[in-house]
Order: sequence, then C-alpha cells, then structure tokens
Amino acid sequence: MDFLLTFLRSMPGAVGQGLIWGIMAIGVYLTYKILDVADLTVDGSLATGGAVCALLTVNGANPATALVCAVLAGMLAGLVTGLFHTACGIPAILSGILTQLALYSINLRIMGWVGWGADNGTKATLAVSVDKNHLLVSSRYIRELGLQNPLLPLGIFVVVTIAVLYWFFGTELGASIRATGANRSMARAQGINTDFNVVLGLMISNGLVALAGGLLAQYQGSSTIDMGRGAIVIGLAAVIIGEVIFGKVFHNFGLKLFAAVLGAIIYYIVIQLVLRLGLDTNDLKLLTALVVAVFLAIPYWKGKYFRARVKPAGSTSEGGNGNA
Amino acid sequence: MLELKNVYKTFNPGTVNAKTALEDLSLTLNEGDFVTVIGGNGAGKSTMLNAVAGAFSVDAGTITIDGQNVTGLPEYKRAAFIGRVFQDPMMGTAATMQIEENLALAARRGQRRGLRWGIKRMEREDYRELLRTLDLGLEDRMTTKVGLLSGGQRQALTLLMAALKRPKLLLLDEHTAALDPKTAAKVLALSDQIVEENGLTTLMVTHNMRDAIAHGNRLIMMNGGRVVLDIAGEEKKRLTVEDLLNRFTAVGGEMPSDRTILG
Repeated sequence: MDFLLTFLRSMPGAVGQGLIWGIMAIGVYLTYKILDVADLTVDGSLATGGAVCALLTVNGANPATALVCAVLAGMLAGLVTGLFHTACGIPAILSGILTQLALYSINLRIMGWVGWGADNGTKATLAVSVDKNHLLVSSRYIRELGLQNPLLPLGIFVVVTIAVLYWFFGTELGASIRATGANRSMARAQGINTDFNVVLGLMISNGLVALAGGLLAQYQGSSTIDMGRGAIVIGLAAVIIGEVIFGKVFHNFGLKLFAAVLGAIIYYIVIQLVLRLGLDTNDLKLLTALVVAVFLAIPYWKGKYFRARVKPAGSTSEGGNGNA
Repeated sequence: MLELKNVYKTFNPGTVNAKTALEDLSLTLNEGDFVTVIGGNGAGKSTMLNAVAGAFSVDAGTITIDGQNVTGLPEYKRAAFIGRVFQDPMMGTAATMQIEENLALAARRGQRRGLRWGIKRMEREDYRELLRTLDLGLEDRMTTKVGLLSGGQRQALTLLMAALKRPKLLLLDEHTAALDPKTAAKVLALSDQIVEENGLTTLMVTHNMRDAIAHGNRLIMMNGGRVVLDIAGEEKKRLTVEDLLNRFTAVGGEMPSDRTILG
C-alpha cells in the first residue's frame, strides 16, 4: 500500500517531466521520422536551451524572453549542423556529433557569462530560484492545485506546439519538407531545394529541443552542463513508445506528434516505477539504451525472419516504406 | 528547345575507377521532338539525361534549354523546365505522402513555396479529373499513400506529375524497364498520349529497340558517350530492328546485349 501511495504521489512529477520531454520528443520526431535524418545535435542543444534560459532568467529577464532566446539559440545550433551536412558534405550523424561537442564548450561559457568586458569564466551549473527569479514553471508546485501548478502552462505549450506544427507541415513549404524526407530525388525533380529544407528542418527541431531545455531548467531550478546527456535516446524512446502504443489508432499528423508526447509521459511513469522498485538511478541510462535498442531492432527482425517464412518466392520488393 | 554542346563528363577522375561517361556529346532537339535513345550498357544514355536534369555538373560544354543556358543551374532550379520519370518506380513519388499531395507538390514545381496551404480545394477537383484519364481507379483513392500503389500505378502517377506543369522538356529514363510487359505497354501508351496531348519535347531512353522504333519522331543511338546515329522523319518510320543493328555495327558500335535485340 505504501509503495502504491508513493508511486501515485510521484505521478504529477512524471507527467510534468513527460510533457517537457514530450516537446523534445516532437523535435526528435521531426528529424528522425519526417526528415529521415538522425540528428545528434539535440544532446547539446537541449543544454544550450537550458543555459540560455537560466542565464537570462538570473539576469532578470521575463520567462517569455528567456524562452524565446533559448529557442533562437537552439535554431542556431540546428543551422550549424545543417550547414556542416549540406554545405560541407559531412554525414548527418557526424555533423550532429560535431555540433554537440562544440556546444559543450559553448554551454559552459554561456553559464559562466557575467557581463560585457567582465571576467567571464565557465560554469557547469547555473541555478534559478522560484523565490528570486521570475519563472513560468517550477516543480515545487507540481502537487498543488492552482494556477502556479506547472502542468497547466506545460500542457498549453504542448498543445500550441502541436497546433503550430500541424499548420506548418500542411503548408506548401512544410509539405516540401515532408517530401524531402520521404524521397530526396523526387523532391529535387519537383523543384524543391532539399538542402535548404534539411537545414530548415534541423533548425525547427533544435529550436523545439532548446525550448524543452529552457522549460526543464526552470522546472528543475537549474541548468546543468550534462542535462542533455543521452537526450537523443530519451527522445527516441518517447517517439518509439508513442508509435508502438498509438501507431495503430493515430493516423492524423497532429495525433502522431501527440503520440510522441504521450510516449514521453509513459517513459517517465515507467522510470518512476522502476526507481520505486529499487533500480539505482545510475543504471537508468543503461536501461533506457537497452529498451530503445530492442524497440529499434523489432521491426528489423520482423522484416527479416517473419517475411522470409511467410513469402517464399516470387513476390519482390513491395511496400517496404510503411512507416511515418 | 534543348541544346547540348560538346559536353564532357568523367566520373571518379584521376582514379583507377575513372569512367568517361560523356565525350564531346552534342545534340539539338527541336520543339516538339520526341526522341528515343538507345545504346549498349555504359553508352551514356542515362548519364546524358542526368546531365540535362542537373543531377551532377558536367566537366565541360554547355546545356541550353529554350535559349537559356542552364549549365550552372542546380537540379532543383532546372526542375522548373523539366519533367522526369525514373527507371525505379519508387524514385519519382513520395511513398509516405498521399496521391493528391504528390500531385500538389508537382503542381508547384518552379514556384516559390510559401506558407499558403499545401493543397487547395479547387485543385483536388482538377486532380480527380486528371487521375480519371489514367483509368486506374486512382481518382477514388486520392488520399491513399502512394507507397500502397503498384509499380505501374506509381509510374503512371509520376508521368502525370511530370507533365502537370507542361514542362519544356520531358525526360523518360527507361521508365518501363522495371515493369512487367503488360504494364510496361500500358505505361508506354500513356506516355505517347501525354506527350502528344501536351506537345512535349521528349527524350526517352529505352533498352528495347522495337519500342525505340515504334515511338517518337526521331531515334538516336549512343556509344562511348556520344551520339553515333541520328535517324528522323520518313527514314525512321521505315526503320527495322535489323537495319538498326546493321547500321550500329557499321558505325563501330559495340553490339547491344541480347536482351536489347530480343526485347
């Protein structure tokens, strides 16, 4: 009974974390599923979003300004990765890794910023306090009923994000980005500038990831240099969980994005559960990596062994592109 | 309409894998020409089409479409003048997008893509009429993902998309080679129909000599990265496969494969 109670008491926190990481997962969905690019920038750009948001917040900026600047910083990171990939011809995965590595130094500098002409150093954490600073969301009020409960603004953020993306990917430009991800040669034959679209997609994705980073810094009361470590895996986990559970029922694009958010919430609920069951926090990343690896392998195994037995001969390559 | 002048292209230059694909290639197409292109493997047929489409830049020479020099123009900008159908039926359409979305993408070829809605209600009616002409029942499946269509259906749709904006040039790159004979014949007939209705200047690469003779008003044969035979008008109408083989050997061409002869 005790176990159940503490588990239930941890639910609001899990949902709060899940909503924030859900926005991050939407960013991952855009690159991984729509653009067909594995973008590893996100581990860095999540922390960049957190660092920028925290820095501006401790310097007295209002939450809106801080979050907008976090998004812009994330988009800049996406731009760099995009240019590494398109203008410099570096493979997408490596481009993301390069930016992510560079961002580690940059994030330390951002958090250590004091002022123009001052003796600027580096810092690995930057705390924001709901007592001293103006915050939009804080985990302190997660179990309180009322307007200061962060679940309300986080929910609004998720809904608005999905609505805006739904609109954008229905426009001519958005449709051309989808085409770029679906089939580059077709896109170019239809007059679509695929390089530009890849860069734009990476910018939007990393902007969302940095937004999640900014919200996370406010929510947990600090920005840390390693807050983005393994973010890509958590994002992928959320996308995959969402797809496995809701893929059969959610066909609308907006609902698919929502499935990624639900996937993130489920992920954090499961995390809470295994922690309550006695798993060491330090083993979490191992568990996450294994879960994601298994879920990524399942469709491959299915295709390899299942198909080989069911279709003996004759039928050739039909319908290999069933996803997204 | 199309002018290729002394075009050269070598892949992997300076390595052991260096392959000269186009060598001093020159070719002029008049408006309304429907030219079939044949030649053995490695003759440069597909390379020529890709050079025209801008899939890569050429080492030397100029490519002019309707008086405009496009040699330095990237592929996506040249698409404003060019409609293309590829050999691989998977290549010409976006599998994860709907039939009508694919058509809407093609309808905006050569235009700036902004933040207007990607497909308008009025367009849908036009597309429905257009799809009806294919007689494949696709007009009732406009929101079906293209990935669920058969190879022949996808090639037919790609043809529609290629012709949708009445391009100055239509490039068909062995677009029936991956289809079964019956479907291939259907798609070829459809190609003829679309080319004729829209009066499109067309380059069609084929492996099949009979098709090359039966379609179009002009036939060229390539060998070693250049045009070695160019037959048009009355002469082409009287052409037989045997003639073609004899003349090809006469100009020193490598014998095309058995498949080409029997095709």
